[in-house]
Amino acid sequence: MNEFLTLMKSELVVTAIIFLLLFIKIGRGIKNESLLSLIQVLLLVNLISGFFFNKEGSLFGDMFHTSTLIAFQKNILSLGVFLISLLCADWLKRSQHLPEFFLLMLSALLGMFFMISSGNLLIFYLSLELATIPVAAMANFDLEKKRSSEGAMKMILSSAFSSGILLFGISLLYGATGTISFAEIPQQLDSSPLQILAFVLLFTAFAFKLSIVPFHLWTADVYEGSPIAVTAFLSVISKGSVAFIFISTLYKVFQPMHDVWYTLLVVLAIATMVIGNLFALRQQNIKRFLAFSSIAQVGFILVGISSGDTMGLTAVVYFILIYVFSNLAAFGVASVISEHSGKETIDDYKGLYKTNPFLSWILALALFSLAGIPPTAGFFGKLFLLTAGGSKGSYWFITVAALNMVISLYYYLRVVRAVFMDKNENPVESIKTGTSVKLALIICGAGIVLTGLLSWIFDYIQSLS
Amino acid sequence: MMEPGLYHILFISAALFFIGVYGFLTRRNLITMLMSIELILNSVNLNFIAFNKYLWPHKMDGLFFTLFIIAIAAAEAAVAIAIIINLYRSHQSIDVENAEDLKY
Repeated sequence: MNEFLTLMKSELVVTAIIFLLLFIKIGRGIKNESLLSLIQVLLLVNLISGFFFNKEGSLFGDMFHTSTLIAFQKNILSLGVFLISLLCADWLKRSQHLPEFFLLMLSALLGMFFMISSGNLLIFYLSLELATIPVAAMANFDLEKKRSSEGAMKMILSSAFSSGILLFGISLLYGATGTISFAEIPQQLDSSPLQILAFVLLFTAFAFKLSIVPFHLWTADVYEGSPIAVTAFLSVISKGSVAFIFISTLYKVFQPMHDVWYTLLVVLAIATMVIGNLFALRQQNIKRFLAFSSIAQVGFILVGISSGDTMGLTAVVYFILIYVFSNLAAFGVASVISEHSGKETIDDYKGLYKTNPFLSWILALALFSLAGIPPTAGFFGKLFLLTAGGSKGSYWFITVAALNMVISLYYYLRVVRAVFMDKNENPVESIKTGTSVKLALIICGAGIVLTGLLSWIFDYIQSLS
Repeated sequence: MMEPGLYHILFISAALFFIGVYGFLTRRNLITMLMSIELILNSVNLNFIAFNKYLWPHKMDGLFFTLFIIAIAAAEAAVAIAIIINLYRSHQSIDVENAEDLKY
């Protein structure tokens, strides 16, 4: 009993918050503003509780297992959710359905927690669905907007289709190995054609969720259609959690098929980086621009994953921590501007520095970090990813990745130039942001600078993995 | 009369899977697309039960998986139909060709 409580601690805390919100929803008479601050406090409690009593162990006959590294990954996700609740406070306060929004978001977070901890294909499938179905409902949150429902439709159909493919892969893998437990599958793998087909189908489903290139087409549409809070959740938390389980599936379950997936990852990483970058070059809408930039970032994550050793694992977890800070800062600024002025194109951002210097500096810092310019943490994240990718000795692969970083610099700097140097007749007027938004932006900015400068963070992750 | 073996069932389930994929990619009506996804899921169910019966009869993993797939398919269809109804309210149509605000 005691073990049950400590090992499943983070899931139990999230479940408790979900139940509390349900009761709040039934009772009435709480104003949106006080409810929002209550939820923010609860999410902060959730984040802090993640740092204590982390042990290694498994429950339910190895269906659920956890370790200090998994606990750290869960903390990254909790941190992201807490930051989103602060960043989108202005939008959320206005919303009529505040408790529902957090109910859906926390259900998805619960699904991600179980997904990272899963030790069995059944639990993995169930938690993957728990992590995607509520997000599709969240994407439709602007009920009156045509674009929102179109984005949600595209999201639910493509995620249902991809989970169908995932299930077909799982059923073939079950037929070929006779087990659905992560611990027992590796002994049964001998790279027979049936197993390779099953692996490719599983890989396809992961590629859909991570928006790796041939399966990326839904990403930009869903990101543009959804409200910005949901877009931030999709691009940071959802993607991060799938990356975590993807890496542990590849490294633990499919380790005997390393040669198969190494080639696959190299090809897809190059395709993802090149196509993500080329499409990002011509985008005008800021959300669509960030969507394609996040596709390109996934390409760099794949470069790190391809290494197949602990260096790759460490580099990916470290990069996702940085990615949470930098992408949420960019989405936070976009959310504030869209909420107060309704402007969402890059041309509208011209001359932003004249009127909103604080927002401009945070946006510039976030974009520099995404591009990987030295003093910011993004540089160190990319550096470790490429080092891990180069450990196999394929230097042409690393060269292509580095060239793609140069291309990405062009379009990130295009936004920075619009903000700082271009003149504009009627720029976005001066915006007075709330305290919580300002606090979250400062946390993100500090995170972008400090995660790179404090080397013990990287050492700590390395000691865990 | 010949007793149906594993290969017969696998043939049916593979055929169902590809009919589902074909339907999902070619149909333009959202409800029909959802039905194609149900076909895919049912082909997976057949697969699991056949593998469990013919290859690994001593453990029940395949049957349990099937039960969960049926439940999740219902949940997914519920959310998808809610979204489609909302789409119908704003677009007055459930044809994917008419939902084309977001492009490129």
